[in-house]
Order: sequence, then structure tokens, then C-alpha cells
Amino acid sequence: METVISILIGLFFSIGTYLVLSKSLIRIILGTSIISHGVNLLILTMGGLKRGGAPLLGGIETKFTDSLPQALILTAIVINFAVTALFLVLSYRTYKTLGTDDTDRLRGNVDE
Amino acid sequence: MNNLVIMPIIIPLLAGLILILFSKNIGFQRFFSASAILASGYVAVILLQQIKGKGIQVLQAGGWEAPFGISIVADMFSALLLLSASIVAFFCLMYAFKSIGRERENHYFYPFYLFLITGVNGSFLTGDLFNLFVCFEVMLISSYVLLSLGGTRIQLRESIKYVLINVLSSSLFLIAVAYLYAMLGTLNFAHLSLRVADAGQDGLLTTVALLFLIVFGMKAALFLFFWLPGSYSAPPTAIAAIFAALLTKVGIYALFRTFTLVFYHEPQITHFIIGILGALTMILGAIGAIAYWEIKKILTYNVIVGVGFIMAGLASSTHYGMMGSIYYLIHDILIKALIILLGGTIIYIMGTSKLKEISGLIRNHPFLGWMFFIAALSLAGIPPLSGFLGKVFITRGTFESEYYWLGGIGLFTSLMVLYSIMKIFMNVFWGETNVSKEMEKGTAKGLVLPIAGLTGLTITLGIGAEGIAESVRIAADGLLNPSLYIEAVIGESQFGSK
Repeated sequence: METVISILIGLFFSIGTYLVLSKSLIRIILGTSIISHGVNLLILTMGGLKRGGAPLLGGIETKFTDSLPQALILTAIVINFAVTALFLVLSYRTYKTLGTDDTDRLRGNVDE
Repeated sequence: MNNLVIMPIIIPLLAGLILILFSKNIGFQRFFSASAILASGYVAVILLQQIKGKGIQVLQAGGWEAPFGISIVADMFSALLLLSASIVAFFCLMYAFKSIGRERENHYFYPFYLFLITGVNGSFLTGDLFNLFVCFEVMLISSYVLLSLGGTRIQLRESIKYVLINVLSSSLFLIAVAYLYAMLGTLNFAHLSLRVADAGQDGLLTTVALLFLIVFGMKAALFLFFWLPGSYSAPPTAIAAIFAALLTKVGIYALFRTFTLVFYHEPQITHFIIGILGALTMILGAIGAIAYWEIKKILTYNVIVGVGFIMAGLASSTHYGMMGSIYYLIHDILIKALIILLGGTIIYIMGTSKLKEISGLIRNHPFLGWMFFIAALSLAGIPPLSGFLGKVFITRGTFESEYYWLGGIGLFTSLMVLYSIMKIFMNVFWGETNVSKEMEKGTAKGLVLPIAGLTGLTITLGIGAEGIAESVRIAADGLLNPSLYIEAVIGESQFGSK
């Protein structure tokens, strides 16, 4: 199971990297989003994918899945959500002010 | 257990939260944010004394024992950095009072400033890898907002790049955390260190160590510094100064923590690579500092040179190297804020950043000129000033560990730094006065005060280096003996005391 997920995560990373290296801002942001999905999956996989009950006390199971990676992912998701929201608004403002979403045209200008 | 340890995190956090409620009352915001930073500086002083007397101070958050809960740890290294960070934050805040402008003040400048300090202080104090990540994010998100606050064209453009590079390095940080958790099954620094020492640092762990080197290197502008010159020249002076003083230093701190506490078993690989990267950083940074004829660019490249130099001390991993790095780190926090504030003031007065358009400023601003001269000498490491001792110790450390090339490059780049900063001094302050006092774009009135304070500190730190020698020695001992740290964090819970 870990091998399959690892290959999937590798795919996520390659797609994300490809998108981040492109010119359009929105594709870059999508790329960072896909990379963070890969990261979250990676944390889950690295915690081990052994079979076991959901980490809720009070059920009938005696063995549970590792709860620590799940807490880490939950934190990482929220942080990433906030940063992505900020990033999207920032690129919107940049588009409004500078009139372009092409990263080639976001270099330093002489008039500034 | 010592509840005081968490105060430097709590005080600015609460103060920032309260200030959100009073966004229109500028007078209160100024007073309250300054007193919050002074209070956390005061706590740092008390912590310093406690650590000197009773050893490393630990707080197990929530009363959970060490590997299971989050430990907040204050050793001498972090206490010294906390204190210098608070001092610099206070002076930059004073500068911001006069220069930041009503528009930004009304839009939550002070709360974000305090959240930035919260993140920095949290990173210095945490004893847990994932908590370090969270503190990094607190610091980074505040810095994104501070960088783009105001929304001018150049700020927007540079924030896009800065946010992108930091989102990617944060992803890499999480990947490294995940790998480390898979291999060692813990996230507490002290416990990680124990497990690495038990199992031995094999090839896989060394790979993860190098991944951490890349992550923190990105934050600290160690070789991967290509985002820094643009981002740090975009925001207003007070914000650029606090960035230059603190943000890269947090990356440096994280590098010191990981490579002295956890991954210290294969120095011929990891520390050697740190040495090479440090040397490249110094050379490339110095080339950048020499190449430009623009104040902002020269000063931001000087930030990069400092990072490479501190890393040379870590690479040597000798007692003198460590002591030198700590001295130099404290000096660097002060001096980088000082030169950016000075450069920003010159740009503010003249309305341009280009060296060739400014000349003869010393006739109208003698005080500013001589303070710039002192700061320049201190930056280059001229004896009575604060940069000297750190440079001597780092050079001695690199020679002791037989990295002669590294020490040599460090000394050579000092010359280039001196040249680059003297280029500013001679072009800006000497020569014919081309702008009379009436034609100036702004006035330095009120801005000189925080600059004078920092200049006074760099002189004091240079002459009175003996005063902190004992603390620096303890800090260097702590960095070289991870067992002290582990005993303080894990030992306490094992013996069940308190």
C-alpha cells in the first residue's frame, strides 16, 4: 500500500513542480496547492498505513491507527488554506494593479 | 517547570490580539506595542539570569511529559537571541512610529508587527520540530502581510515571489518532518537527539539532515538567497530593517539547533557541506554588494554575507567557532537593523536610492554621517566595535578545524564588505553638496533617535564584550554538549520531579 501511495505522491510532486515553473500566476498557485496535497498525503503515509480502527476511544477496536500524523496534517491543512487564500488575494491585487498575470512581466521596471 | 519561559511568546501574541480591537486609536497602539516588546525583553533578561544560575529552563506545556507534550525550552543560546531580538524590535518600532505613515498604522500594522515578534520568539523557544514549523508559519504569514501592506506596485510584485518561495520551502519542511517521523517516531528535539544517538546516523538520516539544510538554508538565505535582495528592498524601511535583523536569523537559529542537537554525528558530510555553502554565500553576497550602485541593493547583499559568515562558525564546530558565531549573531541582528535604517533614512532624505545622484550629505547631516561611519566600521569588524570579536573567534575556529580556505574567504569578504559600505559612505557623505537643506525630500528629525540608540549599542557591545562573555561561553557549551539540553528536557520528566 505504501508503495502505491508513494508513487501517487511522486506524481503529485511532479505535476505541482511543473505548474509552479509555468508563467501564469494562477497555474503557479494551483501548483503550490497540488504540492501541499502531496505533502499531506506524504505525512499520512510516513505515519504508517497499517490497518486499525479510527483513533476514537469507546469503540470496540483494540488497535488504532496513528493519531499524531492526522493532527499534524490537520494543522498543515489549515495553515496552507490560510496561505493559499492570502496568495490568491495577493495575485488578484497584483493583477488589478499591474495589469498582468504573466510572471515574465513582473520583473523590475525602470519607472519604479 | 518554569512558566516564565512561555511569556515571550504569550505577551506579544496577546498584545497583538488586543490591538486588533483598537485599530483607529494610534496613540494607544504605539504605546501598547512598545510596552509589550519591552516586557518580553525584560522577561528575556530574567530568563538569562535564571539560566546562568540554574541551567536550562523548561516548560512542559499542559503538564505532559517531555516526548509526549510540547516542550518550551530556553537555553542560553535562545535567551541571548530573544534579548537581542527584543531590543532590535523596539528600536525598529520607534523608527516605525515616525516613518511608517498613518495609512499603514490604521490598517493593523502594529498587530502584525507583534505577531511577527511572536513567531520569532516562538521559533527561538520551541523544543519541538512541528511546533517550530508552526512558529515559522506565524512569522512568515505576518511577514507576507507586512511586506505587501500598502500595496504599491513594487511591493505586490515582490510579495508574490516571496510568498511563493516560502510556500515551497514550508512544503519541504513538512516533507522533512514526515520523513523524520517515519524513521524516528518522535518530534521532540531532545528525544530526536537521543534516538539518533542510539540508532546511529545512517545514510537515510543524513539525507534528511541535508533536506533540513535546504529548508532552513532557504529561510536563512544560505546559498539559496536569490529571493532576498528583491523582497527586502520592497517594503518600507522599518519593516525591511526588522526583516533583515530577524527573519534570516531564525533560519540560522534553526540550522544551529538541528545541526548541533540532532544531526551532529556525521560532521565530515553535513558540516563540510555547510562550510562550502557558507563560503559560496559569502563570495556571491560580497560580489553582489560590490556590483551595485544602489544603497538598497548593497545593504541587502550585505545581509547575505553575514549569513555565510555565521555558518562558517557552525561548520568548524569547535568551541571558538561556536562562541564566535554567537557573538557574531548578536552583533549581526543589531548591525543589520542599523544599516538598513541608516540606508532607509538617506533614501528618505534624498528621495533616491542611486549612489551617483547623492553627494556631500555630511554638511547638512553630520550626525547621521558619523553614525553611518561607525556602523560601517562595525559591520566590517574593526576592533573596538562589536563585529570584531565574533570575526576573530570564527576565524580561529575555522583554522583550528583546519578549514583554512573557509577562514580565508571570511577574511577576504570582510574586505569586500568594507569596500562596499565605504563606497556608500564616500559617495553619499563626501564630495560637493548637491542638494541644499531646503531641497531635501524629507527630514531626519525623530528618525535619528532609534538609529543613535542602535549605534550606541553596537559600540557598547564592542567595548563591553566582556560583559556577555560568560553567557556566550555557556551558550557555546550548551551547543557543543547536546546532553545538557536532553537532560533538561527529558531528564526532568523521567525522574518525575515537579
